[in-house]
Amino acid sequence: MSLSAHLPALQVVLPLLSAPLAVLLRHGGLAFAIVTAGAWAAFAAAIGLWLQVGEVGTISYHIGSWAPPWGIEYRVDRLASFILLLVSGTAAIVLPYSRASIEREIPRDLHYLYYAMFGLCLAGLLGITITGDAFNVFVFLEISSLSTYVLIALGRDRRALAASYRYLIMGTIGATFFVIGIGFLYLMTGTLNIVDLGERLRAVQDSRPVLVALAFITVGVSLKLALFPLHQWLPNAYTYAPSAVTAFLAATATKVSIYVLIRFWFSVFGETLIFHKLPLPQLMLGLSLAAMFAASFIAIFQDNLKRMFAYSSVGQIGYITLGLSFDSVHGLTASIVHLFNHGMAKAAIFLLIGGMVVGLAGRGAVSPVLTFDKLAGLAKRMPLTCFGIVLAGLSLIGVPGTAGFVSKWYLIVAALEQGQFWIVGAILLSSLLAVAYVWRFVEVAYFHAAPEGSGKQEAPLGLLIPAWLMVIATTWFGLDTSFTVGSALEAAQQLVRVGK
Amino acid sequence: MIGELFEHFSYLVTVFLMVTGLYIVIARGNLIKKLVGLSIFQTSVYLLYIAPGKLLGGTAPILAPQYGIYSNPLPHVLILTAIVVGVATLALGLALAVRIREAYGTIEEDEITALDNARQDMERDPDR
Repeated sequence: MSLSAHLPALQVVLPLLSAPLAVLLRHGGLAFAIVTAGAWAAFAAAIGLWLQVGEVGTISYHIGSWAPPWGIEYRVDRLASFILLLVSGTAAIVLPYSRASIEREIPRDLHYLYYAMFGLCLAGLLGITITGDAFNVFVFLEISSLSTYVLIALGRDRRALAASYRYLIMGTIGATFFVIGIGFLYLMTGTLNIVDLGERLRAVQDSRPVLVALAFITVGVSLKLALFPLHQWLPNAYTYAPSAVTAFLAATATKVSIYVLIRFWFSVFGETLIFHKLPLPQLMLGLSLAAMFAASFIAIFQDNLKRMFAYSSVGQIGYITLGLSFDSVHGLTASIVHLFNHGMAKAAIFLLIGGMVVGLAGRGAVSPVLTFDKLAGLAKRMPLTCFGIVLAGLSLIGVPGTAGFVSKWYLIVAALEQGQFWIVGAILLSSLLAVAYVWRFVEVAYFHAAPEGSGKQEAPLGLLIPAWLMVIATTWFGLDTSFTVGSALEAAQQLVRVGK
Repeated sequence: MIGELFEHFSYLVTVFLMVTGLYIVIARGNLIKKLVGLSIFQTSVYLLYIAPGKLLGGTAPILAPQYGIYSNPLPHVLILTAIVVGVATLALGLALAVRIREAYGTIEEDEITALDNARQDMERDPDR
């Protein structure tokens, strides 16, 4: 057996192993090296899997050679391989960044624990994506969630603790709802394998336990993905977590939860139940629009830069779920593309903000809480950082030439396909709200006078380079869409074909 | 009516625990009490899984001529994992409560929120 046959297992095992090793080594530098190596290996495995899926189609890997549906199966189709790339790629960029970033945000004797938690979180997120077993999804969900709570609590402000606690309560309720749903599905079908579940559920689709399971799973996962109005945990968690953690979570954690929702809706319950028998699309449409408008509107009035972009995340998640409400290949494509593009843009923004914190703290006077009055004239002092945020901000708005435009374009195409012109208007109108909050940053950073006696003090290169890689990716995927849209379209076609 | 209730006795207990736990999480402001509620809520799920796996008169699935009815062992294994998750969550939650008490001097949610709001107002308008 060659190594490439075991890529699905290695994908999860390598980062998972790096975490306990980091704890055993008890040394910041060594822990950094080993967890980063694990993340890069995972990224390499994800690239390998993406190529393999292109050659041989869906990969089914039997853990311990136990055949599904009895054994646990790792299943990589186009969608899973795409999300694996996003998650492991983000980790591969954020980890080198965190070395310089956490130096100022986390006491040095805790660094090895930070890396261990990061490795666990990464392994959990990759596991959720790759596994083909419903209960396994829950276990990985909890692995990633528990390590996320710790990562958030490492923030320097004491409000990080309260935010982490709140997230722990809401996240656990969400995960428990999810596992209740799985329990009902298991009672009805006697299987936990996702493909097998999908086939067996067709016979009992209309029974009440299945509907209850659908409700529990949808609400539970919606809590984890911060669907408006279940997003209460998100703004504080993003605001007070260490910068590198915020960047990683914003790009991956909610996105993987959306993946779980797509997986269960399309591969398990099937389109007929979701879209034709139940009013779920209408419900999703309403909540998505509420997120797009309410959360973006709240974002405009935030005084804290990080919190503003956190609310913007809630709004952007609205666009992703909006695509799910259309019941069409184009709608689903838009969702998947936006999931990827928004992950990139938000990672870029939060990485740059992290650089800003370090750069401003260089003088010692500035606290880590970035309120707008501290950013006056920042563009003169940190031209590259500010320009990067503007570029990524343009992607949040959806200006042509950025990745955000591509995904909004597909959303509009999907809306037009259904003849719902008013949704097109809503998308454009809510983009104006994004203009408003991005403009707030531009106004303060570019047009307000800088305080006296402040020279140029760009963020350190170790922070700028990873952040700018993300900014360049945002622009790149706005111009060349063959990878993102190609993968998403293929994934959507696969899902819709199976779900019929 | 009563007979039907007893037929679904295990489900009734499960639902009662589930709702009780969730209510405590929502209604109590004390961080420790919230965690107690969360634990009760999670425990109800263990029952939801395990109770239907048991058949009256069923044995462990041993392939032997004298045994005809088997109980399903898989839910037990699943719930073993869920128990570990529950313990880890509780431990982490309690650890956070300790840290919050050190940082804020209280474990009442409304007091913490008040302290946070005061801090936020100060950041917004430092002169006040």
